[in-house]
Amino acid sequence: MADCLKDKVGEVLLPGDVFSFESKPEKLICGPGLRRNGDEILVCKSGILRHKQPNMYWIDSQQRRYVPAKGESVIGIVTAKSGDVFKVDVGGSELASLSYLAFEGATKRNRPNVQVGDLVYSQFIIANKDMEPELVCIDSCGRANGMGVFGAGGLLFKVSLGLVRRLLAPQSEIVRDLEKMFPFEMVVGLNGRVWVKASSTQRALIVANLLESCENMTAQQRQALFRRVSDGAS
Amino acid sequence: MRRYCISLSSSSCVPHAVGNKHISCLFLIEWLLVLNSKMRETPLSNCERQFLLKAIEEKKRLDGRQTYDYRNIKIAFGTDYGCCIVDLGKTRVLAQVSCELVAPKENRPTEGIIFFNLELSPMASPAFELGRQSELLVKLNRLLERCLRNSKCIDTESLCVVSGEKVWQIRVDVHVLNHDGNIMDAASIAAITALCHFRRPDVGIQGEEVTVYSPEERDPIPLSIYHMPICVSFSFFQQGTYLLVDPSEREERVMDGLLVIAMNKHREICSIQSSGGIMLLKEQVLRCSKIASVKVSEITELINKALENDRKVRKEGGKYGFAESMPKERITALKTDVAPVEMTDIEKKAEDIISGTEPPSDSSVPSPVVRAPGTGQVGEGLENTWGLDQLEEDEEELVDQAMEEGQETEERCQSPKQGEVVVISDSEEEEVVILHQGVQVKDSNVPASSSQQQGTGVSKKKKKKKKPAQ
Repeated sequence: MADCLKDKVGEVLLPGDVFSFESKPEKLICGPGLRRNGDEILVCKSGILRHKQPNMYWIDSQQRRYVPAKGESVIGIVTAKSGDVFKVDVGGSELASLSYLAFEGATKRNRPNVQVGDLVYSQFIIANKDMEPELVCIDSCGRANGMGVFGAGGLLFKVSLGLVRRLLAPQSEIVRDLEKMFPFEMVVGLNGRVWVKASSTQRALIVANLLESCENMTAQQRQALFRRVSDGAS
Repeated sequence: MRRYCISLSSSSCVPHAVGNKHISCLFLIEWLLVLNSKMRETPLSNCERQFLLKAIEEKKRLDGRQTYDYRNIKIAFGTDYGCCIVDLGKTRVLAQVSCELVAPKENRPTEGIIFFNLELSPMASPAFELGRQSELLVKLNRLLERCLRNSKCIDTESLCVVSGEKVWQIRVDVHVLNHDGNIMDAASIAAITALCHFRRPDVGIQGEEVTVYSPEERDPIPLSIYHMPICVSFSFFQQGTYLLVDPSEREERVMDGLLVIAMNKHREICSIQSSGGIMLLKEQVLRCSKIASVKVSEITELINKALENDRKVRKEGGKYGFAESMPKERITALKTDVAPVEMTDIEKKAEDIISGTEPPSDSSVPSPVVRAPGTGQVGEGLENTWGLDQLEEDEEELVDQAMEEGQETEERCQSPKQGEVVVISDSEEEEVVILHQGVQVKDSNVPASSSQQQGTGVSKKKKKKKKPAQ
């Protein structure tokens, strides 16, 4: 079982591909894109099979549609205030709810200043297929920890979820290449939304267009493009 | 949240004893519909709105275009006559023309009937719903009708077969396949191109008898089209202070007003409509009509080129249709597995193969090629005989000539203003120059899977390079 999965690591799999247990079942951890069904493991997304020691497997897909997952940090757009919750659009199938008490220092008397149309960087505490997803802007200690309302004067745009994961990976090459060009602020949500702010509109647009264009590029192509742009930009 | 009312017509089959089940079933259906209707467009955040308005004030656009630039226009024809897809940037519209013999209207017994129908499917944008007459849909349909029918660009009298009894009804269906702003322009280009491309069957009349000939018996006949009206959209921001041509989806969301001018290449305005409730000055409308005349002559040129190319390819018996003319965008395009080749005893084998094979047949039937396991391709491995690329080159050459004349004027205008957008004046060359920037960006693309993204990158760069000159 583990062997046949291991053989396929790094290969493209399609929904409907099946791995079945032959000998005794082993302990496996199925990540996104893999689903266990009795004695079989089904692939339910198209993408590349990845593996992490000792026994974790998942599918690295390039989709653009976001499905909320617990613990993920996302950029949401506040669409409505209803009673004591905000309705937040995160790009998923349903609006997420965000309690006004789930901000740092918020009490019943001291309400946070959130307007409709604002951007919030927040984390899912409830996300499953049967319930309305719920967001918070505090961590378990009650601290904001970088979350909350943000986004004055920047540009929001959408990229694929695969690119977002590449951006958020520790020692991400894309971020390292971008940093060399000029200083800018960037907020990356796991739902594919990226917010960028730089010293001028022009620079913010450059970053946005570069990120959108380097989605399907190899490292060499990307570096060549970045070099050309920074030569022009300096 | 919208709620639907459902009445189960099969209630007679459901006995009253299981009424509970009936109710729960109803509830379930309603709930599902509510879930379905939840598909909505992404809201526009305040920061996007502010950024867009600020960028427009600074004469910058998200995709690196200039104020008066169109996005890339691409026209592709289907295998049948009267079918085409128009791409305007990422906006994609399909038009299909069909015809039918019907009885004419009583008050116009000698005129054919033309019918337009534009549809917005949820495929174009999650905000669109099927089967609902939204305000936008009604507006677009009305505009299209005014642009093409009321301008009398098609000779309806030639569609008459037997006066008062049989006339041709021409039906133009326009489907929006992807919505990225400015549906109107794309739809009008698609509709008029499809009409120009369309051929109706020939008819013969012997006494009382009307015979419709199949395309094999007699060549189908094109419609007689007097002129080609094309819509050009202008969006206004900050109560008409700023003007953009060909707004994208996000620009459309923050605009204050829209002006649509339908014009033909003879500079005759076929219809003009302003919406959004902004006050426009006379000079602004005149300026827009001047810009529109330049854009329309450009687009007409492009349509004629595309039609000419298609005609040539069909005549020569080359390959045509969407499969030929659409670029193949695949991530796996660069990945080819090396086939294992056996290197021992080649000479012996080669002789066997040569003697054993039959001469290749003349009919070059395309066979699907599977390059790598897990990649299925249609229409792969053929040479693209369809001349879209050629067309773009031709177009560039054409504009190049105009460009050479306009080069100095452009530089003169730009240098004092430090790279700002040239304000359109009476001179046409200047306007052509601005257009050319867009064209050049399009042509500098490498024909790779990510050609579009690279295009934006290149255009970005260009603008930056101007900076040191400031």
